[in-house]
Amino acid sequence: MKGEYIEFTKDMIKDYTILIPTMLPIHFKLVTRVLSNYGYKTEILDTSGKQVVDTGLKYVHNDTCYPAILVIGQLINALQSGKYNINKIALMLFQTGGGCRASNYISLLRKALKKAGLGHIPVISFGIAGIEKHSGMKLTAPRLIKMIQGVLYGDLLMSLVNQVKPYEKNKGEAVALSEKWMHSLEIELARLHISKRKVLENYRQIIKEFGEIPYEKKDKIKVGIVGEIFVKYSPLGNNNLEEFLYNEGAEVVVPGLLDFLLYCIYNPILDAKLYGINKGISYAYKAVLNVLLKKQQQIIDAINAHGRFMPPTPFMTTVSLVKGYIGIGTKMGEGWLLTAEMLELAHQGVENIICTQPFGCLPNHICGKGMMKPIKEKNKNVNIVAIDYDAGATQVNQENRIKLMLANAIEKQ
Amino acid sequence: MEQVKNVNELALGIDIGSTTAKIVLIDKDNNILFEKYERHFSQVREKILEILKDTQNLLSVKSFFVSISGSAGLGLANALNIPFVQEVYATGEVVKLLQPDTGTVIELGGEDAKIIFLRGGLDERMNGSCAGGTGAFIDQMATLLNVTNDEMDSLSLNYTKIYPIASRCGVFAKTDIQPLLNQGAKKEDISASIYQAVVNQTIAGLAQGRKIEGKVMFLGGPLYYCKGLRARFEKTLGLDENTSVCPEYARFAVALGAGLYAKKAGKTYTYESIIKGIETAPITRQSTSLEPLFENKKDYQVFLERHNQANVKILDISQYQGRAYLGIDCGSTTTKLALVTDDMDIIYTYYSSNEGNPVEVVKNQLLKIYQLCGDRIKICGSAVTGYGEELIKNAFHIDKGIVETIAHYTAAKYFKPNVDFILDIGGQDIKCFKIRNGAIDSIMLNEACSSGCGSFIETFARSMGYEIKDFAEKGIFAKEPVNLGSRCTVFMNSSVKQSQKDGATVGDISAGLSVSIVKNAIYKVIRAVSADELGENIVVQGGTFLNNAVLRAFERELGKNVIRPSIAGLMGAYGAALNSMCYTSSSIITEENLKKFTHTSKITVCKGCTNNCRLTINTFSDGKKYISGNQCEKGLGLKGVTKHLPNLHEFKRGILYNLPQNEGRRGKIGLPMALGMYELAPLWHGIFESLGFQVVTSGPSSKSLYEKGQFSIPSDTACYPAKIMHGHIVELAEQGITNIFYPCLSYNIDEKSGDNHYNCPVVAYYSELLMGNMEQLKNINFIYPYLNINNEKELVKGLLTALKDKFNITKKEVEKAVKCGLKAYSEYMDKVRNEGEKAIEFARKNKKRIMILAGRPYHIDKEIGHGIAQLATSLDFVVVSEDSVCHLENPVKVNVLNQWTYHARLYRAASYAATHEDTELVQLVSFGCGVDAITTDEAREILEKNNKFYTQIKIDEITNLGAVKIRLRSLLGALEERGEL
Repeated sequence: MKGEYIEFTKDMIKDYTILIPTMLPIHFKLVTRVLSNYGYKTEILDTSGKQVVDTGLKYVHNDTCYPAILVIGQLINALQSGKYNINKIALMLFQTGGGCRASNYISLLRKALKKAGLGHIPVISFGIAGIEKHSGMKLTAPRLIKMIQGVLYGDLLMSLVNQVKPYEKNKGEAVALSEKWMHSLEIELARLHISKRKVLENYRQIIKEFGEIPYEKKDKIKVGIVGEIFVKYSPLGNNNLEEFLYNEGAEVVVPGLLDFLLYCIYNPILDAKLYGINKGISYAYKAVLNVLLKKQQQIIDAINAHGRFMPPTPFMTTVSLVKGYIGIGTKMGEGWLLTAEMLELAHQGVENIICTQPFGCLPNHICGKGMMKPIKEKNKNVNIVAIDYDAGATQVNQENRIKLMLANAIEKQ
Repeated sequence: MEQVKNVNELALGIDIGSTTAKIVLIDKDNNILFEKYERHFSQVREKILEILKDTQNLLSVKSFFVSISGSAGLGLANALNIPFVQEVYATGEVVKLLQPDTGTVIELGGEDAKIIFLRGGLDERMNGSCAGGTGAFIDQMATLLNVTNDEMDSLSLNYTKIYPIASRCGVFAKTDIQPLLNQGAKKEDISASIYQAVVNQTIAGLAQGRKIEGKVMFLGGPLYYCKGLRARFEKTLGLDENTSVCPEYARFAVALGAGLYAKKAGKTYTYESIIKGIETAPITRQSTSLEPLFENKKDYQVFLERHNQANVKILDISQYQGRAYLGIDCGSTTTKLALVTDDMDIIYTYYSSNEGNPVEVVKNQLLKIYQLCGDRIKICGSAVTGYGEELIKNAFHIDKGIVETIAHYTAAKYFKPNVDFILDIGGQDIKCFKIRNGAIDSIMLNEACSSGCGSFIETFARSMGYEIKDFAEKGIFAKEPVNLGSRCTVFMNSSVKQSQKDGATVGDISAGLSVSIVKNAIYKVIRAVSADELGENIVVQGGTFLNNAVLRAFERELGKNVIRPSIAGLMGAYGAALNSMCYTSSSIITEENLKKFTHTSKITVCKGCTNNCRLTINTFSDGKKYISGNQCEKGLGLKGVTKHLPNLHEFKRGILYNLPQNEGRRGKIGLPMALGMYELAPLWHGIFESLGFQVVTSGPSSKSLYEKGQFSIPSDTACYPAKIMHGHIVELAEQGITNIFYPCLSYNIDEKSGDNHYNCPVVAYYSELLMGNMEQLKNINFIYPYLNINNEKELVKGLLTALKDKFNITKKEVEKAVKCGLKAYSEYMDKVRNEGEKAIEFARKNKKRIMILAGRPYHIDKEIGHGIAQLATSLDFVVVSEDSVCHLENPVKVNVLNQWTYHARLYRAASYAATHEDTELVQLVSFGCGVDAITTDEAREILEKNNKFYTQIKIDEITNLGAVKIRLRSLLGALEERGEL
């Protein structure tokens, strides 16, 4: 980006606190933990409520997508709360690139800060493409590798909790086990060197321990959640959708964050292929992709070795699913991955799918709502409901539509 | 009463909807023993208790099954621990049991619309969070027409023609209906048109491409009661008496389904336990509440006294003698009159709903005024403002018509000479403007989606059984005003629903609505961050501010006191009257002629051009005519426009619509003229012509073309330019074209003026959506490769892969074709730029103002742009497009990522307007355009930094040019006050 911005300098590392809005509670804790090891002070914001939305509406154009309103609202609300020394604070926002307006979150945040009289606060853009440079925040290879390891652990824990929690005999065991592991994984990620063997051992142990939680065999309705990345994952964005579904007696299936990372890495490779641009860099991306695919396979193997739980679908298989539905050149927002995830769920036998998006989400017109008809045509048993999230939409309407889907699903059972 | 023995077989189904409560009691054979359907006016518990009391005899002895359904029933079900069943599911149960041969069920409720497909895979669909076209919408429209629902129904059966009314959301429909009313269209026709809008909404919004087949069953109150509505459905869907069913239990279907479900759920209750449960169930409120508006009575007194100071002297007309000046404000829903003296004192006022016939209202008022004036008072000047300005001016020979904004400013100055901010919330508009150095500096009107605020609160009051005055009164001392958020009124409806569920009182809702309206105005229309931004001396007006709850909420939100004139609802009329004080004698219709005055209106279709506008011809007794409803300047009452000013939109259309269609050896290929095709048609045309194809373009767009394709639109919140694409595909398919081309382009033309050169996701990938959702394309060779148009070699490669097998085309041919195409494209762009420069030169030579009517290339489509370009030329602007002038300015550095080709042009065009005194920028924004949420702020900043006006016009399916005209005239008025040129 060519605009000027306040840099996060080296001197700031030691006494600045970096505020980070939450998206995925487990993952973010593990990933930011890696930063703490290098001397950064970070704090993940988990505030919610009317205040957050109102602050967002005040400082962001109201027609901007809901995640921007929430995230920026959450950050500014925190800054205005008086809890922090605003001269010793920096903000970090995860930023995707591309033709979706979501690539403007950083600019919108900076604009909002200026409006709020907080323009002096440095904003660190944290993206896969690494859009900006900050001397105080260098994403070196070892740091990135550790963070990705955090994501891998996060996906595994999230998936296992989801698969065990609805069936556990003693309420709360799955979550408690996940917390126990987060604690020890945090300590591990703090080490300078992560042993590959130790990682594999961890996978095995985690899966084994989740398998040991006493559970009841019950027929539960499986509900998959896909959609725009923020409202799909963030309880703040989707009005605690996972919790709602769990209370309704469903098993929630949420595709992992790694898929999205892989998608972001895969897109530039496709750009080279489809349009012949950036051919040089695409080789580097290919190399990274291959490393990550291997890491994903390790988790899949570990889950399969145990035998009880459903593993993630290998990414290249996920890619191949969309053939006959949508072109993999559709790369804005969640793009073809969104369609792929719906199909992935269908193939896993998860026949009830909630496609979440902010109201008026542009890419989802195409790859979400636009693909429901063809998906249902070719997968007769699949039931998809699109839910829009927005500052004005009420939970009643959203939940009513989900309940309709559940009622039908129960009947089919 | 019959004594039922085996009471355990009885089942009670309770359906609590957004506006009504329905209870059904059935026996073991599902015979209905009791049924009741009543409006609950948000007193849910009381109403249920009341109805249940009627069933006491039937239920008093033993236990029975119970289940609750309905959108407002969940809270009660949870509190009483009674099984809850989702309402669409309940309906499905009923139909499957009682009418198993039904193919499709259409059910309309108070705020919901549902379709259930029973054949070929059960599928149940409900309206999304942004959809009108429901019972509440019909109620609102009936209120607007000032008829009861029954009357509207019988009126509709005698229609002679259907007007197009936007069907997506109630607010838009209202904007369409209002001008029809003002133009004097017949209520019969409007009623039927409203029903047709509901039908279109249901089909487009819910069926979304799935065919409605088999026997269709109509359920729910509105469909049960409104024969006319059913008739529209039958007509549209082509149903006859055998395929259209509306059973006796239509109103109770959900309650009946709940009864059936109750048996399945198998939980039994006694009458006493239910009654006691309802009476004692704890009220849990999920929604948050706000601070009360007033702490106590004393607070309220102080507040009243302060506002009572802002008044005008009112004299008794029977005591006055001398000259007088008349101001008329013919607004969208109300008509206001004010008669003032030389000293600006008021001697007569009138404020009332215009009952859909403002001409009659004004006539009666003038008669009354003449009577009151007698020989003592002489009307020396008259002026009219508002929506009905032209109509009234022509009917009664009023001296002059003025733009509303100017009228309001004149009036506000009387109360506060140094006023710097005026906010007017009227029946269905929010208008506000800033004043700088004695001139109107910026004007903001509400966007289509949040309009109707004033009448919204009124309709709401009535739907809850209150007059607006009492409703407002209740809000003043409400203890816990409901927090309803600050968005479009359709959303507010469902927020209210939620709060009702949580047991909010009428007062809490009233106060909450007041706060919402205020927040809407401040944060959505004005988009202010702090109160200081608005100004120091604020005058608020409009009928809505007569509501003290709204006024208080506004002051609270701003944290400062404002001035509300005692005649807040009459400011337009008062301002008009003050404006007419420049006259010494008036041309206004004489008393004698007024007595003979008659008015008829006739509707016809204009044959002037291919637009075929529907015209309303008003004929007055003196033979004078006033024509409204057409898209060109004449019908809008603008005179003296004979010269033809340059209009780049027209110029571009001239080229794009006339691309040659020479026959070719490879057959025909169709280019849908929508979205990105408006930019690149010359490129693709050049390529395919060179390859030996006959290139057929679709269009031009029209409403009926849109309607052809609307049933295959999967996402109804996408922008109109995208949705219209479906119609273009259908048109090409109907012509028998078997090859259609619309490529996927992540990247647009790189003009090296930004950080990147993307298309927006919709323009880039709409083909994927078309392919997945349009049945027509299954038998067509739809070609939509991913292409790189910035690299000749890559473009050749991509096209060759896409075409070679099917058409047996060689690389050499493609290479040549691509060269031709790129040349044609660059020639086209050169022509556009050239013409832009010529237009500017013309304007400077002839001392005309220049308007950059900026948007996307596809905004030149007349159906999308609604003829705004012509309207601008009729107001004496030379109109250029953003792409015809952006080359005159360097790329602009903006606060956001400048990564879309079209927007980079917008910024450059804005920068040109910012630095040229005689040039204004008006930005066209399609409703639902997510990207423009980002660009509009930037364009505004570029202009305002240079002390220029920023004007934005949001467009959708709506065709209300009247509102656009007010906006452009205000801009013109403001420019003239600044004295430029």
